[in-house]
Amino acid sequence: MANNTNEKNEKIIELINVTKSFEEGVYAVNEMNLYVRRGEFVTFLGPSGCGKTTTLRMIAGFDTPTSGQILLNGKDISNLPPNKRPINTVFQRYALFPHLNIFDNIAFGLKLKRVMTEVKDKNGNITYKATKLSKQVIAEKVEKVLKMVDLEGFETRSVSTLSGGQQQRVAIARALVNEPQILLLDEPLGALDLKMRKDMQLELIEMHKKLGITFIYVTHDQEEALTMSDTIVVMKDGVIQQIGTPTDIYNEPKNSFVADFIGESNIFSGTMVGKKQVRFIAHNFDCVDDFELNEKVDVVVRPEDIFLMDEDKGQVKGEIIASVFKGVHYEMTMLVGKTEIVIQDTVERKIGEKVSLFIKPDDIHIMKKEFSSNIFDGYITKKNTVCFGDGEFECDVTQLYKGSILDEEGYLITAEGEKLDLTDVDVKVEVGLKDISISDDEEAGGAVGNIVSIIYKGDHYQLIVRTDENEEDFVFDTEDTWNENDRVSVIIPKDKIILKLKAENKK
Amino acid sequence: MENEVKVKKGFSFTRAHLCFPYAIFLVFFVILPLILIVYYAFTSKSGRISFENFIWFFSSWASIKTLLISIGLSLLTTFICLLIAYPVAFILARMKSNKNVILLFLFIMPMWINFVLRAMAMKELLDLFGIITKYNYLSTVIGMVYDYLPFMVLPLFTTLSNLDKSYEEAASDLGANKVKVFTKITFPLSLAGVFSGITMVFLPCMTCYVISDTFGSGKVTIIGKFIEQWFGTGDNWHYGSVIAFILIVIMFISTLFTGGFSEDKNSRGTTL
Repeated sequence: MANNTNEKNEKIIELINVTKSFEEGVYAVNEMNLYVRRGEFVTFLGPSGCGKTTTLRMIAGFDTPTSGQILLNGKDISNLPPNKRPINTVFQRYALFPHLNIFDNIAFGLKLKRVMTEVKDKNGNITYKATKLSKQVIAEKVEKVLKMVDLEGFETRSVSTLSGGQQQRVAIARALVNEPQILLLDEPLGALDLKMRKDMQLELIEMHKKLGITFIYVTHDQEEALTMSDTIVVMKDGVIQQIGTPTDIYNEPKNSFVADFIGESNIFSGTMVGKKQVRFIAHNFDCVDDFELNEKVDVVVRPEDIFLMDEDKGQVKGEIIASVFKGVHYEMTMLVGKTEIVIQDTVERKIGEKVSLFIKPDDIHIMKKEFSSNIFDGYITKKNTVCFGDGEFECDVTQLYKGSILDEEGYLITAEGEKLDLTDVDVKVEVGLKDISISDDEEAGGAVGNIVSIIYKGDHYQLIVRTDENEEDFVFDTEDTWNENDRVSVIIPKDKIILKLKAENKK
Repeated sequence: MENEVKVKKGFSFTRAHLCFPYAIFLVFFVILPLILIVYYAFTSKSGRISFENFIWFFSSWASIKTLLISIGLSLLTTFICLLIAYPVAFILARMKSNKNVILLFLFIMPMWINFVLRAMAMKELLDLFGIITKYNYLSTVIGMVYDYLPFMVLPLFTTLSNLDKSYEEAASDLGANKVKVFTKITFPLSLAGVFSGITMVFLPCMTCYVISDTFGSGKVTIIGKFIEQWFGTGDNWHYGSVIAFILIVIMFISTLFTGGFSEDKNSRGTTL
């Protein structure tokens, strides 16, 4: 147990380069490095399939890492079976044993426990012997833990007569009664209704404070994570995105994924245009982060950090297109050019009202963009070409539906024989950095713009061509030399335009 | 108004009408025969109500011996089936799904081959080793186990593969080693399938005399054979009925034991 401050800071569990792969080449958890301090309340947060449950299962011992080490108090436990680990788990669906009553469920671990007791042999020498806990000790412990979870008198009830919330409490009691060094909780509140969940959150925080046991909690609910944890580990695709306190993670998200996952946020594509100056939604904003000139960045602004003002007073003009009352504040959507911005404010602005927005420099969070391809919003035209980035390009629309073909009239025939008209269908367009070329001839390509940036990358240049109308950027690699401000057209081969249906169009 | 009256007069097909065919079947092939059995069992040859058939059965050593032998053979068969089927079902249930389908098929396939044909084939096989003529009871048990094994495997497999793995993980998490996990969690939670399998093997074993005839060289008489004899060559429907009635009572009691009438939805596994 953690009594002095020295022990409090020591690592109770440490994951070193832990990788778990269930299928060749597919990683549930990839090269994970993490440690948890004694007595900490740590939450693994992420969308489903991010590897958070797999990580928890490896700590519990249900899964063994494909490679890497798990250290408990400095000792490698990677291959130790679950029953040999001083760790207990509260399962997602509780997993209470249906054939045992509440008492026997909770006493399950205690009955299996062996303790070393002093025994005097015939000659009076003291030896140690592993003995079972006495019935009386077990009964006392069960009673105590039942009292803690407010279920006194439930000993003889059967599991099926209990409500979800009560089963949850039994599951927690069954784990805690063994006095584990670490308590693992796998989305334990997922099956409860909102009110019950809120109550249980507070109770769990209370228990954690009182018992001083290390809690490792798994959830996909960002609010739950922010409320309960000392430390949050945000995960995505088996990789840790950020580790930090709730305040850190909320205020200083490391990348756009974290920003988007934790709380509501507006994420813009921006470009650094000067020292501590970033350009997005067609305006140069002062900011506090410094990046290289012309670097493409993600800009994150929280809805509550945007101030609405009368039309002429703010930085960028726009129009309110939606407003919803959310109790404490109004959630309004403002349209700036083609970009929708979500704003929370206690003062309501009417739909259709012309307004302007203002953002303080330190509320603009700038993150390095992991740039691997160009992503645009586009739509399919009548001629089965695609419009994006202020231009129109030839494309292969049959890739939208697997096994489909085009008939002579330009309708798409799906593999199931369905006839579809794709005109005006919204799509996500992806173009790789190596798949764009440019030409002096303004008629040669699908879009026209000026070269705004040339960055030398060792053996090639990375260029940005920006269009006039909506300031859309095409980023690409080339070995040719160009000059800044050259006016060029953008050429993309038909087969290099990757189209994806937007989620709302999917059936 | 008029419309409403018309609707009431006309025949309207409801869901309840769907059970008419089965209701007719039930009356002619289940309820009537049962009434006949009870009638014959409780009447004498002269048609008077009496218990003399029961007195005959329980005072005749031959009939009691047949009953005991039937029960003994069936218990032994059921037990052996359980011993063989449980590990197999356990392994099948734990396999990756694409593999276990084929293996399960191999276990279930014999059920599709004609039952008599299967019995004959097994008999020929046992004949090769000379078991049939020397050990009538042993060969009968082998034949029964061979024929009824799939009926034990299937319910066990269904129960075990539907068993939520998190129960076992929870037990292991709470400190149970592999043996304890099995004895304290897996086996108790699969009892539904065990009982289901027992019912599906034990009850037919008591009555199916084709197997005892084939494998016992006519020297093994089970209770089913006894009934057949009284209805056929013995020409005493009253004696035949009383044995059938006693058998029904025994089956009823054994079903009570295996929890067949229990309300708890967990107590019975899925059968065929």
